[in-house]
Amino acid sequence: MTEAGGSAGVGETRRVRVVLVDDHRMFRTGVQAEIGETGRTGVEVVGEAADVDQAVAVITATRPEVVLLDVHLPGGGGVEVLRRCAPLMAAAENPVRFLALSVSDAAEDVIGVIRGGARGYVTKTITGTDLVDSVFRVQDGDAVFSPRLAGFVLDAFASTDAPPVDEDLDRLTQREREVLRLIARGYAYKEIAKQLFISVKTVESHVSAVLRKLQLSNRHELTRWATARRLV
Amino acid sequence: MPVAAAPRTPHAPDADEVPQRKLYRSADGRMLGGVARGLAGHLGLPVGWVRLAFLLLFMWGDGLGVLLYAAFWVFVPLGVGGRTGHRSFFETLPDGTRRLRKPDRGQITALIALFIGAGIFISKVQMGGASGRYVWPTLLVGAGVVLVWRQADNARRAHWSTAAGRHGRLFQVARALAGVALVGVGLTVFIVVRGSAAQLGNVLTATLAVLVGVALLAGPWLIRMTQDLSEERLMRIRAQERAEVAAHVHDSVLHTLTLIQRNAEDVSEVRRLARAQERELRNWLYKPEGTGKDEAEEPATLAEAVKKTAAEVEDHHGVPIEVVVVGDCPLDERLAAQIQAAREAMVNAAKYGGEGGPVQVYAEVEGQTVFVSVRDRGPGFDIDAVPGDRMGVRESIIGRMQRNGGTARLRSAPDGGTEVELEMERAANTA
Repeated sequence: MTEAGGSAGVGETRRVRVVLVDDHRMFRTGVQAEIGETGRTGVEVVGEAADVDQAVAVITATRPEVVLLDVHLPGGGGVEVLRRCAPLMAAAENPVRFLALSVSDAAEDVIGVIRGGARGYVTKTITGTDLVDSVFRVQDGDAVFSPRLAGFVLDAFASTDAPPVDEDLDRLTQREREVLRLIARGYAYKEIAKQLFISVKTVESHVSAVLRKLQLSNRHELTRWATARRLV
Repeated sequence: MPVAAAPRTPHAPDADEVPQRKLYRSADGRMLGGVARGLAGHLGLPVGWVRLAFLLLFMWGDGLGVLLYAAFWVFVPLGVGGRTGHRSFFETLPDGTRRLRKPDRGQITALIALFIGAGIFISKVQMGGASGRYVWPTLLVGAGVVLVWRQADNARRAHWSTAAGRHGRLFQVARALAGVALVGVGLTVFIVVRGSAAQLGNVLTATLAVLVGVALLAGPWLIRMTQDLSEERLMRIRAQERAEVAAHVHDSVLHTLTLIQRNAEDVSEVRRLARAQERELRNWLYKPEGTGKDEAEEPATLAEAVKKTAAEVEDHHGVPIEVVVVGDCPLDERLAAQIQAAREAMVNAAKYGGEGGPVQVYAEVEGQTVFVSVRDRGPGFDIDAVPGDRMGVRESIIGRMQRNGGTARLRSAPDGGTEVELEMERAANTA
């Protein structure tokens, strides 16, 4: 995603208000500095929080466009923040969008926050430019997938290969699979578009569709689980 | 059940391969305490013979068999094995219904022998005689003790197996109670027989008083002791865990930090150390068994092999390599060749394309096909412009893949980086 980094920031005067949620003060300072270093961008950190309660309070008070959310937090973790901010995410006007930013790349963490409603997942090894780019992309309503996340998603959908119902809902289309594969191979969205002879917008919509299916599959899996045990 | 102890085949599963021939009582397929089956397993005899021997000793050895059996029961620990396969009184027919299993011949013989033995025993002891008065209470007490002891065995076995259901637990309690009741009745009869029935009330009251007294005196102490014991065990487990974490952190993290302090000027070395440490720690934290340390072991699956190879190249060349693996399969000869080719590609990427950012490795198993892509963001090169005597790419990557029935594609663009795609069919015989 290095190439795409330039396209969003340069010459544009858009501003993004961001809240940073992480229990390590050092890391919050580091991210602030990284974002500041890129200079040209309009990313503005309007609030910080170190645990779940603080995060919910700060997010509700400031209504940022994007929240950079750590997965491991005292008080229930990032998933808990997502749960309690669900109304804000669903709001018709100025919805709050979440981008998970974590040192952990364990599959359950990643899939967990994505299903909780986060719009993307990047690891803490990301560069400042890429981070800013990701923030802009999330603000636009697109999903941001790191190669690792794409790998997990492919894995998750491959293992539930024979769904009894909702086949068209739960399955990834051939194209979506291709796009994910290229992301997993480290391609930037722009490169994917070139490779598949489609527009960047199409790539983004494919990725968003994957994200939606991932969240949907949660609900459907739950229903399936409950039906299998005759709970409903 | 002599059938169960059929002659051993060398390839039978683990139940037959007893590593050290230590005597255990068998927890499976036992009738009483599992002594006979355990012995049979130990001596390599059919279990029926051992049982018969015990029976004979019991009948004609003036009860020696019982004594021997009891001694074995007390002193030999309970173990597993000594039996092949599970047998129950029911069997499942091909159409899915369950019916009572037909008793096999050995079982019937054993039962008949048991009845005959009991008959002889009863006829030998004059029931009405003076000594006979003690026989029944003794038998009662014996039966009770056997019940309770078997109960203790079951409790121990429950430690190994998954917890029994509610039903099983109720049954256990009932059995323990029955055992205690039997012993109680037996003892009471003893006393009544020895003295006279008139004294029964006195004896009972005295016994009760003594029991209550003992309970009052020792009860709190016993409770406290068991509580202390479990608490101590918990503390010990915690301490052990902490010690393990401390040892790991000390061995790896502290050691590496010292190295980093010493090599602070050498940026690439510091980065290499940090990356290696990060990887190891991650392994250790996120793998269920904490198997971060046994790196010497050869990987058995594709995913492991790819990760290990990437880690080695990363360590060697100091360029970060990001690995994404989708799916997994066991490693075969062709895949090993593919991994070798991938290693070569990773080395090339690290050497020539490392400045552009991390090298990205992607491996996917889809059906029978295994796909590996290695991608860097370096300057790229023109493959046709590479002189003919440079064999790295041509032989190590393309040639190796073709020799093993796979394909390799190279894509390289100036300023666009290089990507190597390796595709291989898995060997047919690996399921």
